[in-house]
Amino acid sequence: MKRIYLLFTLLGLLVAFAMPAFAQDGCMDALGCVEIASDDPVVIGAMLSVSGATSFYGEDSLGGIELAISGRDGMLLGREITLVVEDSLCSAEGGQAAAQRVAADETIVGAIGTTCSGAAQGAMPIISEAGMVMISSSNTSPSLTNDDTEAGGTYLPGYFRTAHNDLFQGAMGARYAVEVLKAGAVATIHDGDPYTEGLAVVMANTFAGLNGDVVFQGAVSKGDTDMSAILTEIAASAPDVVYLPVFVPESEFLVSQAANTPGLEDAVMMTADGSFSATFAQNTGAAAVGVVMTGPHVSGDAYSAFLDLWAEEQPGGTDAPPSGFHAHAYDAANILMDAVEAVAEELDDGTVLIGRQALRDAISAVENYDGLTGSLTCQDESPYAGDCATGTALAVFEITEPQVNDGEWPPPIVWDLSMSMMNDG
Amino acid sequence: MFKWNTDDFSWVDFTIDVLRVIIVLGVVIGAWNTLSSGRISFAQWVNLFAAGLSQGSIYALIALGYTLVYGILLMINFAHGEVFMAGAFSTVFLAEALNRTGFLNAQPLLAILLMIAFAGLVSMSVAILLERIAYRPLRGSPRLVPLITAIGASFFLQYTFRGLYGSGFKAYPGVNALQGAIVIGGISIPVVQVFVFCAALVLMLCLYWLVERTRIGKAMRAVSENKEVARLMGIDIDWVIMFTFGVGGFLAGSAGVINGLFRPQGVNFYMGFIPGIKAFTAAVLGGIGNIPGAMLGGLFLGVIEAIGPNLVLAGLGIPGANQLKDVIAFTMLVLVLIFRPQGILGERLSETKA
Repeated sequence: MKRIYLLFTLLGLLVAFAMPAFAQDGCMDALGCVEIASDDPVVIGAMLSVSGATSFYGEDSLGGIELAISGRDGMLLGREITLVVEDSLCSAEGGQAAAQRVAADETIVGAIGTTCSGAAQGAMPIISEAGMVMISSSNTSPSLTNDDTEAGGTYLPGYFRTAHNDLFQGAMGARYAVEVLKAGAVATIHDGDPYTEGLAVVMANTFAGLNGDVVFQGAVSKGDTDMSAILTEIAASAPDVVYLPVFVPESEFLVSQAANTPGLEDAVMMTADGSFSATFAQNTGAAAVGVVMTGPHVSGDAYSAFLDLWAEEQPGGTDAPPSGFHAHAYDAANILMDAVEAVAEELDDGTVLIGRQALRDAISAVENYDGLTGSLTCQDESPYAGDCATGTALAVFEITEPQVNDGEWPPPIVWDLSMSMMNDG
Repeated sequence: MFKWNTDDFSWVDFTIDVLRVIIVLGVVIGAWNTLSSGRISFAQWVNLFAAGLSQGSIYALIALGYTLVYGILLMINFAHGEVFMAGAFSTVFLAEALNRTGFLNAQPLLAILLMIAFAGLVSMSVAILLERIAYRPLRGSPRLVPLITAIGASFFLQYTFRGLYGSGFKAYPGVNALQGAIVIGGISIPVVQVFVFCAALVLMLCLYWLVERTRIGKAMRAVSENKEVARLMGIDIDWVIMFTFGVGGFLAGSAGVINGLFRPQGVNFYMGFIPGIKAFTAAVLGGIGNIPGAMLGGLFLGVIEAIGPNLVLAGLGIPGANQLKDVIAFTMLVLVLIFRPQGILGERLSETKA
């Protein structure tokens, strides 16, 4: 007898769950629709690293998203916007867990995230399977937008990012080292993170391709404070440029200790956007002067206005963004909200339907979007599938005294790709 | 040593002996390869050694907190790394203020003493509160209970300080008087490293004097020997335990400032985690519960970490040798636990503890 009860219960549950699917008769989308009743808010997800050692990256992006929302007075489609933040940590497991919670919430139209490339690898299969979209503001690993699984690619439909692919940034560092610094020998350091390792490898390969000599390829660990051992080893290989695309604070330790390492006095320290923040120059002190960094060319009136707004609203309780991806997050949130607006269909009873495939198509179709991080065009061909940043908004910066002493940011631009002698695209 | 020739042959002893031989061979071959290649000069080795000593003296100061508490309560206070962070993180704001007013560079010694006192007081308060709120109610419960509580307290402190000061990174300002280097026979050693080592040494000597030569030190030793008998002798146990936490906290806080002078960057709410684990390793290396052991263990760990990757791992042709610095530290811990569980100087065990 018990089995029959169980059967009925299961049947009942099945019917209960199936009902909403029948109710969605207005939805013609191949992947289904998000249905927002007339008095419900528009729910946007965020999968960010908001706890642990990397939480300042997550908070940085979160601030950008919050400002993008408050830039619309918190309203979209005539409804209030609700932001649901899930902690994706900085690991594949964290990304997976956050994505599962986002995918389980039927009201979420799309998500911003993840913070770390590693977390994206965990999140992407779930988000893609659920027919949703995710736009990352800080994933830069080339594998994420490459669909060639044999080459390590993990791209799946529904993934987008406004952060630039490392393929651009690493190559740019190498070109600057060869063309402007006339460097013959380079040493690279990463910290084991797919992001930093990817950058170091791209830089080294491009540099070698330009007939340069890669004399040292090494690594430190996250959390290291004493860099004397690796710097001594690097000094023994006598490079002209030391490329250290690692995050703060490891980059701060490396640069400040390199200044006291005999044999590295004349080597140029070059870092990337993992260290692209005003606090890098201030924390590193005098040794930061002369450090070259590749990073997003975020400047101009729109960006100044953004920083003023940040200081005023203080998202997360900070006066200034804690890291360098807030502008990317701002752009990502706006692209998502614009796309939602573009594809929303209002029914007679005030219910709004947002087609999931239509939303993906709308984001893919973004072209020459005028964002804080430059002109964004979302591409759909591997190895740039889902890449919205085209690499043109990158520049090479050189830190000078005012960045160290007065907190001025960003540093002056010394080079960009338009100055390259090898403009082959 | 080699027991497997006799009648009481055991596979465990055999495996351990083989392990010994492999490790010794690995170290010798690695070191030989590196030294014979001549990639790193004698002066550079001395530099690495000096940096390792300074780093080690910071580990030693933190390790003393672990060892003091273990000596008295037989408990590993895993929140001790956060006590270190509390002092270091709070004092960075004082240091910035002192730097802005110019006091830091006008009166460097006075300013540093002020910073050490401030950091020491903050960390001391945190340690005492920790003991009073989190550990005292659990005294007498099974040993696992306060251990888990300590891990919880550690998270609590991290996120409290994140709430207070935010999640970004801060840095200690540079002190002009500590710039530059002392040159001896063509080898230059940064002044700051000399200062760090001396400051840590002074603090350790003060602690040694406190424990060995004062009344309260005698009380601490008595409580560590046998709590019940000490109580019968009229010693206020609660007060002594609180005092011990306070002393450990003060040392950790001052280590925070000294660390800030030595490695100014990377100050944030998470900064206590790795030094905490390293200092725990140092305490076990030297023999937990043993005060000179913690000092020696810290120095030893710092030097091994600085020299090991380049000397042994690079010589064995292991790629990314410097990334494996932590592997060296924790391998040392495993080796000590296998071959000499009581630590280098030996755990001071009275009969009740053993």
